[in-house]
This record gives sequence, structure tokens and C-alpha cells, in this order.
Amino acid sequence: MMTGVPLSWYLILSAVLFALGVAGFLFRKNIITVFMSIELMLNAVNLSFIAFSYQLQQVNGHIFTFFVMVVAAAEAAVGLAIILSVFKNRATLNVDDVNSMKY
Amino acid sequence: MPADFVPKTIDLIRFLPEIILTVTGTLLMVLDAFAGRRWSGVYGNFSLLALAGSLAAAVYAFGVPGPAFSGMLMNDGFATFFRVLVIAVGILVVLASFRYLHREGVETGEYHALILFSVVGQCVMVTANELIMIFIGLEISSIATYILAGYLREDRRGNEASLKYFLLGSFATAFLLYGIAWIYGLTGSTNLAAIRGVLSSRDLAPSGMLVGFSAALMFVGLGFKVSGAPFQIWAPDVYQGAPAPVTAFMSAGPKAAAFAVFLRIFMTAFEPVGAGWEPLVWLSALLSMTIGNFAALTQSNIKRLLAYSSIAHAGYVMVALAARSETGTAAAMFYLAAYALMNVGAFAAVAHLAGKGERFVSIDDFAGLAVVQPATAALLAIFLLSLIGVPLTGGFFGKFYIFKAALQSNLLWLTMLGLLNSAVAAYYYLRILVMMYMREPGEAASVAEPLSIGMKTALVLPALGTLFLGIFPSAVLNFASKSAALIR
Repeated sequence: MMTGVPLSWYLILSAVLFALGVAGFLFRKNIITVFMSIELMLNAVNLSFIAFSYQLQQVNGHIFTFFVMVVAAAEAAVGLAIILSVFKNRATLNVDDVNSMKY
Repeated sequence: MPADFVPKTIDLIRFLPEIILTVTGTLLMVLDAFAGRRWSGVYGNFSLLALAGSLAAAVYAFGVPGPAFSGMLMNDGFATFFRVLVIAVGILVVLASFRYLHREGVETGEYHALILFSVVGQCVMVTANELIMIFIGLEISSIATYILAGYLREDRRGNEASLKYFLLGSFATAFLLYGIAWIYGLTGSTNLAAIRGVLSSRDLAPSGMLVGFSAALMFVGLGFKVSGAPFQIWAPDVYQGAPAPVTAFMSAGPKAAAFAVFLRIFMTAFEPVGAGWEPLVWLSALLSMTIGNFAALTQSNIKRLLAYSSIAHAGYVMVALAARSETGTAAAMFYLAAYALMNVGAFAAVAHLAGKGERFVSIDDFAGLAVVQPATAALLAIFLLSLIGVPLTGGFFGKFYIFKAALQSNLLWLTMLGLLNSAVAAYYYLRILVMMYMREPGEAASVAEPLSIGMKTALVLPALGTLFLGIFPSAVLNFASKSAALIR
């Protein structure tokens, strides 16, 4: 059913995007960028779901994608609120400066 | 539109606990918006009522077992066991919160609504029979808990805890989701039983390497949620920074629910590839126990100490998981019940003694507590002895069943290392006991306020539960064994 672009290309793109998200999460210092990396990972997963769903000729994967999008939106709302209150208390958005508790 | 689009009454009855909690939670938010602080004393009682109602509904729903909403949920003994457990944790935490919230001057409906929402999420998680429902339940529970961790907005440590919990929690969710996407692509289904069917059939089974890859991704995601090593780094900071009653909640409810999901996914869907994931769980169990126990030895902050201890306890439950047997599952269920009770109790005692702004959360602050408040000290002593695993407490039989199941599955090395670990653990729990009973009262003990009614209940009920599990373990264990057979 896949005319044109084969499934594996979508999956490779999705894996690359996911890996970029992981790398961004681990190596970036700005909290907003870290947060955006997580969103990138979620969207990479969505791409996989859609590709698989299309390949399997099912609607399950599409439905899952909608739920992921809704949850991502809820997470964004909560996450930005948390980041805002951190910024209010510390006036910094660098993850390395948010370390008042000892290891 | 097909006729079965409208949910049947029986579906709604099986889903009643969640409905009660959701409606009350929403109501509390609305009340908070309109009545605000004028009703600040009422919200807690209101949420207690809802939790009691949903507890009754969960027990009632056990009488009508079966799937709900076209098999999305499975209302069975396993679900009922964990539903009752997470709702009970919710009740105890609300009881322990009354005085704390009053002291900090933050009695809002929002707090109680968030607790209710988180419990709803956990109930959905433990009832879910589908990866979609598991994901949604996990997120409902997690997002509410992220906010709760930073509930004291002006508190720097609370903010930090909330931020770390949020970032690492979402990171873990993404891994879990990627694993789900792959398993969906490989098997063409998100239903746990259907996945098991595909994986165990010889003709349809997809490539073992890809299945292993997706199982590993899901293991990473769930490992974060249960704070098992090597994914435990967030736990100490988050547990230390969050308000004490919230820490009590986080360390018991979401953890038990995440383990329930862990058991359901790995014992149902991934059971046919068990030999593949067993070494992973084995290693994680050993690392969790060792890192948790040895790191706890040097802690001076009681919340941080209990955080490391909770990592170690996650390790013990993983030992039961590594056993890959019905006895192992039953042992894990029993242990989680005992662990939830003793841990909520211990954190409630911490919340009681902490004082305004949580000034007294060092281990030294427990000095002489037995002289000033013998009852509080005795109750805390029960929880600590149970955490050590002393006979006549739930913790003892929990560990006993887990290591018995591990031995039955020939996990000799893991059992021995686990037993050595629990001997190490005894040291840091005993340190607190020595502080309470053999030192002169310090500042914290002398200014400690008397036990409020809510706090008294929040300490006595789990203590009774711990002793009950320690003296009559068979009642709960039999139920757990029967339920464990259902998820296979």
C-alpha cells in the first residue's frame, strides 16, 4: 500500500528525530531547550505511530497519536508553569544553576 | 453509529471508582474558584469522602469482574488489589496533609483535587489492559504529581523538585511511548493479550531483536517511574524537595501503580520473551538494592535517606519480577502493599515533626522524640522495623516471600546479594531508632506540636496494617496469589 516512500524511511527519520531529542535533553543547558527536546521526542514517536498505522491499514495508531498530542499539550501547560515559577524564584534558566540539594 | 457506542451500565459500574474521583476532583476545582479560602477547612473532608466512596465502589466492582469499554480496561482481582491500595494511600496522605497544609497556610481545593486526579490516573493504570490506557493513566497520574511536587510555589527546593520530576518524568514517558510504538508496529495491536498471542505464535512472531529493542525501551520508561537503578537519579532530589505529605504520596501510590503496570506488561505481553528480559531486570534489581542501601548510609536528611531506601525497596520488588513466576508476582503484590503502608507512615511522621517551612528534616532532629512524644516515636519505630524487615511486621513477610520466589526460580546469587543488602539497610534505619530512644531531646522534639486527629489516624492506620500483614500474612497473600494467576 505504501506507494512512493517505503516504511523504513519513515522509521529511520523517526529514529533520527528521537535520537536528536535525546541528545538535546542530555547536552543542552537551557531549560526551555531541554523541554523542547522532549517535545521533539514525542513527535518522533508520533511519526512512527502514523507510519506503522498506515502500513498496517489500521486506525489504532492514529488514535494513539491524538492521545499523545493531547498529553503533550497538557504537559506543555504544566511544564511551562513549572519553568516559570523556577525562573521567578531564581532568575535563571540554566539547568546547572538549579541544584540547591546536595548529591 | 453502532448501538454499543453508548457504554453499558455494567461498564460504568466497573469504572465507578474513577468516575467518583474525577467528578469530585473537578467539583473541588470549581469550589476552590468560587468559595476560595472561606471553605478551606472543607476541601480535605470532601476529598476524604470521595476517596472512601471510590474505595467502596472498587470493592463493589470486584463483585462484577470482567472487561469494560470493549476490553480497554480489565476489572479483575489484580486490578482490585492495586485499586484498593492506591486509594488507601490517597486516604492516608489526605489525612496526613490536614495539619501540614494548615501550618504552611496553603489549604486549597487545588491540592486535594490534584491528589484525587493522581489517584484516578493510578486506578486507570492498574485496571488498563491496553497500552493506550496504560499511557493515559500514567500521564494523568504523573502530570498531577508534577504539580504537587512544586505545590509550595515560593519554596525554592519545591520548584527544583518539581522541575526535575517533570523533565525526567517526561523524558521517561517518551522512551515508554517509543517502545509502545515499536511493539504496535511489530504486532499490530496495543492489547496486551493480543500482543502476547502474536509473540508466542511461531509463525507470526516478529524478529527477536526488534522485540527486545522495544521491550528495552519500555523497560527504561517504566524503570524511571519506579525509580529503579540506573534510572534512579531523580528520586533523592525530588523526594527531598517536595512537601513531606506529597513525598509520602509519590513514594507509595505512583510507584505501586507503575509496578502494577510493569507486572502486567512484562508478565502478560512480554511473557513469551521472558528469557530475554530477565537478565535486564536481574541487573536492575541488584543495582537498585546496592545503590539505594549504600547511598542511604551516609545521608543526614531524613527525606533523602527515605528516598534512597525507597530505591532499594524498588530493587527488592524487581527481584520478585526477575523470578518470572506466579509466586513472584504474588510476592511483589504483597511487598508493594506492605511497602506502601510503612513508607506512607514513615513520611507522615516526618511531615508531623518537620515544623513550619520543614525546618526539622535532619536525622538529628529526631533526637529524644521518644521522651517527648512516646506514641509518635513508637509508631515510627514500627514503620522503621518493618522497613528493616523484622518479624511480626509486613516488611518481614514481604521480603520472605520475595526471596522465596527468587529461590524457587533458581536466582541463588540475587537472593544472597539481596539478603546481604537488607543487612546493610538495617544500619541506617537503626540509626534513626537510636536517635529517638537514646538521645536527649533536641530543639525539634521540644517544639513538636501534639498529634492532630488527622495525623494520629494517618499514623495508626498504617501501623495497624503493617502489623496485620506481619501477623496474618496469609489473608492478603492468598488474594494476591489468586490475582497473580489472572494476569498470566
